[in-house]
Amino acid sequence: MNPEIGHYALVLSLAVAILMTAIPIWGARTGDAALMRVGSTLALVLAGFVGLSFATLVVAYVQSDFSVLNVVENSHSAKPLLYRITGTWGNHEGSMLLWVLVLAIFAALVALFGGNLPARLKANVLGVQGAVAVAFLLFILLTSNPFIRVVPPPAEGQDLNPILQDIGLAIHPPLLYLGYVGFSITFAFAVAALIEGRIDAAWARWVRPWALTAWAFLTLGIAMGSYWAYYELGWGGWWFWDPVENASLMPWFAGTALIHSAVVMEKRDALKVWTVLLAILAFSLSLLGTFLVRSGVLTSVHAFATDPSRGVFILAILVFFIGGSLALYALRAPMLRQGGLFAPVSREGALVLNNLLLTAAAAAVLVGTLYPLALEAYNGAKITVGPPYFNLTVGALMLPVAFAMPFGPLLAWKRGDLAGAAQRLMAAFGAAIVIAALAAYAQGGGPLLAPFGMGLAAFVVIGAVAEVTERAGFGRVPRATAFARLRGLPRSVFGAALAHAGVGVCLFGIIAETSWNAERITGVKVGGRFEVGGYELTLDRLEPRNGPNYRDLAGVFTIRRGGVDIGTIESSKRLFTARNMPTTESGIRTFGFSQLYVSLGDELPGGGVGVRAYWKPYVTLIWIGSIIMALGGALSLSDRRLRVGAPKPAKKPKPAAEPKVVAAE
Amino acid sequence: MLLWIAFSLMTGAAILAVLWPLRTGAAAPAASTAEADLAVYRDQLAEIERDRAAGLIAPAEGEAARTEVARRILRATAERASEGEASGEGRRRRVVAVVALLGVPLLAGGLYLSLGSPLYPPQPLAQRLEAQPNPSDIAILIRKVESHLEANPNDGRGYEVVAPIYARIGRLDDAARAWANAIRLLGPNAQRETGLGEALTAQAGGVVTAEAKAAFEAALAADPQDPKAQYFLGLAAEQDGQKEQAAARWSALVAQSPPDAPWLGLLREALARVGAPVPVAAGPGPGAADMAAAESLTPEQREAMVRGMVERLEARLAQQGDDIEGWLRLMRAWTVLGQQDKAKTAAGQARTHFASDTAALGRIDALARELGLES
Repeated sequence: MNPEIGHYALVLSLAVAILMTAIPIWGARTGDAALMRVGSTLALVLAGFVGLSFATLVVAYVQSDFSVLNVVENSHSAKPLLYRITGTWGNHEGSMLLWVLVLAIFAALVALFGGNLPARLKANVLGVQGAVAVAFLLFILLTSNPFIRVVPPPAEGQDLNPILQDIGLAIHPPLLYLGYVGFSITFAFAVAALIEGRIDAAWARWVRPWALTAWAFLTLGIAMGSYWAYYELGWGGWWFWDPVENASLMPWFAGTALIHSAVVMEKRDALKVWTVLLAILAFSLSLLGTFLVRSGVLTSVHAFATDPSRGVFILAILVFFIGGSLALYALRAPMLRQGGLFAPVSREGALVLNNLLLTAAAAAVLVGTLYPLALEAYNGAKITVGPPYFNLTVGALMLPVAFAMPFGPLLAWKRGDLAGAAQRLMAAFGAAIVIAALAAYAQGGGPLLAPFGMGLAAFVVIGAVAEVTERAGFGRVPRATAFARLRGLPRSVFGAALAHAGVGVCLFGIIAETSWNAERITGVKVGGRFEVGGYELTLDRLEPRNGPNYRDLAGVFTIRRGGVDIGTIESSKRLFTARNMPTTESGIRTFGFSQLYVSLGDELPGGGVGVRAYWKPYVTLIWIGSIIMALGGALSLSDRRLRVGAPKPAKKPKPAAEPKVVAAE
Repeated sequence: MLLWIAFSLMTGAAILAVLWPLRTGAAAPAASTAEADLAVYRDQLAEIERDRAAGLIAPAEGEAARTEVARRILRATAERASEGEASGEGRRRRVVAVVALLGVPLLAGGLYLSLGSPLYPPQPLAQRLEAQPNPSDIAILIRKVESHLEANPNDGRGYEVVAPIYARIGRLDDAARAWANAIRLLGPNAQRETGLGEALTAQAGGVVTAEAKAAFEAALAADPQDPKAQYFLGLAAEQDGQKEQAAARWSALVAQSPPDAPWLGLLREALARVGAPVPVAAGPGPGAADMAAAESLTPEQREAMVRGMVERLEARLAQQGDDIEGWLRLMRAWTVLGQQDKAKTAAGQARTHFASDTAALGRIDALARELGLES
């Protein structure tokens, strides 16, 4: 397919996005239904054109069309097909195009499934989404155009950064973008509501599915990014408090707060001003993340290219959208009518607590991420805000969140009974203490954090189960009735419980891994052996292997536990010839929920090779917990209540057939 | 052509996306805000009812929730009554239609023409590799030879074919390596050895290194008449400070060369540089052979060659001065070579030759002004 088709489709998308910004908003202001409807068709056409443009670029990558500069710079004809495809977004230009594609897809989804929205709100939402698309399409076309051509075309490309030549690139960025950019829709809803100057409980219901979708994808995206870094970087760590990771964590905190405050707003018509602010903040933090990653302010594996003009452009977008939306907020928020009242101890109160702690965590991460940058810009001093700061602040804020989590759902709306809730959680609390005691016994001394944290994690998981059984009334009503009630519970209740349990599982993994992991750094010759975490590893052989575009030195280890041979584990050092860049392929064997992790270092002068080996107890629970959280979100999303609520507009009179109905209407 | 049709269809689709919903008769009444709100609140009421029936909430709690939702319903109903209908639709829709019809093609077309390369066809790698050898796609030619050599690393002919191409596109390392391989596999001959020597010299920025010198000497051993090897060995001598030896080599080369040999200009220039007597030129302007030779030279060599040609022109004009075009060319040439003084001298000489020809004088003066030779 001709790359020029993609280029033209991209330019045309800009024209469409401009119309999509102007026409529906004008229609909403003047109450013109036809103009408002234009927004929906334009949103579909926009998604079509951006999709076509993206597809064209993918084809150029697959066919190794080296007349396209972007392909030359980031691809190689010897790359396997999968990496030729994923290479499309493994670079600055292509990933921005993916960003806009996701943006356009979300707009199209609103156009398609927003039938239950009032026309005016829908038109404004699409208009705002169009404005974001205009900004980013301009950014792509003027500073990061992926369709620039080269004459004459070279015969081979410069290959993709080897770290990115991995299945992770196929999964992590698309999921993360679905989350990041998904919050553009909640942002659009918030701004649309502010433009209209009107917001109510129904708004929260319309926003919630979008917030949930974005949140679930963001959760998965972050978790997959973490796992990818874990196995690809070869350092055995799963979270580095890298600014780029923080950039994705901040919108996650804000988004988590948003899905909870939206519940309050939907049920009680309260916290409206706050919810709107959160919707703005979640996307603003996403934009900030995009700025940090794309501007070259940070250098990391994510900063594909550094170009000051791009940074300034994104900064301008950032200032326009964040500043603009906050100004609109300041202008309109005081006009919003406040809703229902509630006592401090109540479901609402618990959710407010959750919101306060989550936003405080987002703020802590924001400060820790931006402070070094601001300081460097101010006086050139280079400081690093490291894991101790983040572990302390975020950890301190998350512990009360975890502790309060089981209480929230057990409190009634408006005015709750804390003692009653605590009583109903006694069983969970007891189980938690048992688990903590077991953990303390198992480790026999050592950090106090481990037994405490595991007890807390158990409390969260069992508390989530308790919520469901409590609602169904097990123990209070006959069992048959309880089962009947269980079946009658809305899916969002199960979704919330599942997501909360996921948090507990994740917490368990984090605590276990950080308290009990074992590390061994050593040099070993062929035939040599060493021990880590109760496993004995023997280096059997070092063998060279060659892949399509790399050379590989693989080390094969035999694992023994208690003298019994239980398999092999392989790690290798790869040299990618096109860029002359080495990578480490770590070897991972999973035993239950725990993992043995081996990473090959450099060859040593005296023969033999450096090895880093880790024993990571329950480490997989970190990601399994995250996946459970996202599944909880999906389950909640499938709740019928989020789908119904479609208004039944007065039917257009069907000609001739039913004259009486017309008369009746 | 197909591309332009595709562009037109895409533009049409974009415009249609605006015009289609605007067409008359399409206007199904849109969901009003109040109606949409009411639908949600009715659903909330039903849900409370369901929960109460299932015993999930206490009756009192349910009653309170009902009251709250009922209040919202009342408010929404009041708002529905106050929502008015829009007016002035016809004019607005015409404006939108005109903006779409004109704006989309103008903006998209204009921006695309300034950013895109519509005449440049796609170049999928597989297609380029399969196509008939295309002399303009040097990258692919090289790649084909390279992949052939990867499979047959002992095919000396392959190295011999690809080496001059490497040299031409400036991949001097590869050129030197390819010549060396060709020599290793096919045995030395004058052409291969001079190729190697030239690549090594160019790589060293015009300095004839010891390695290059050895190659040129090997070339002379294979063919004592080889002009390139002789020239570069002269250059090596000059660079070593042995000007007489250099002059001797170059003079011998001039003597053995045919009168129309393309390298004579270069040699004359070189001889002048070391202060040796320069034999008088015979040929006229640069022939096709000179131009072809100029293609394969380094920038320094090329400048030297041009200089030789200009000097030949000067010598001819000194003998037959009635060629106005020749004089103008000479003025221009000296200016291009940065020799303002020589250009001025040429202008003066030309003026004396054409003192009686006003038309010619006018042309000389005009060119002198253009070249900034007035003083």
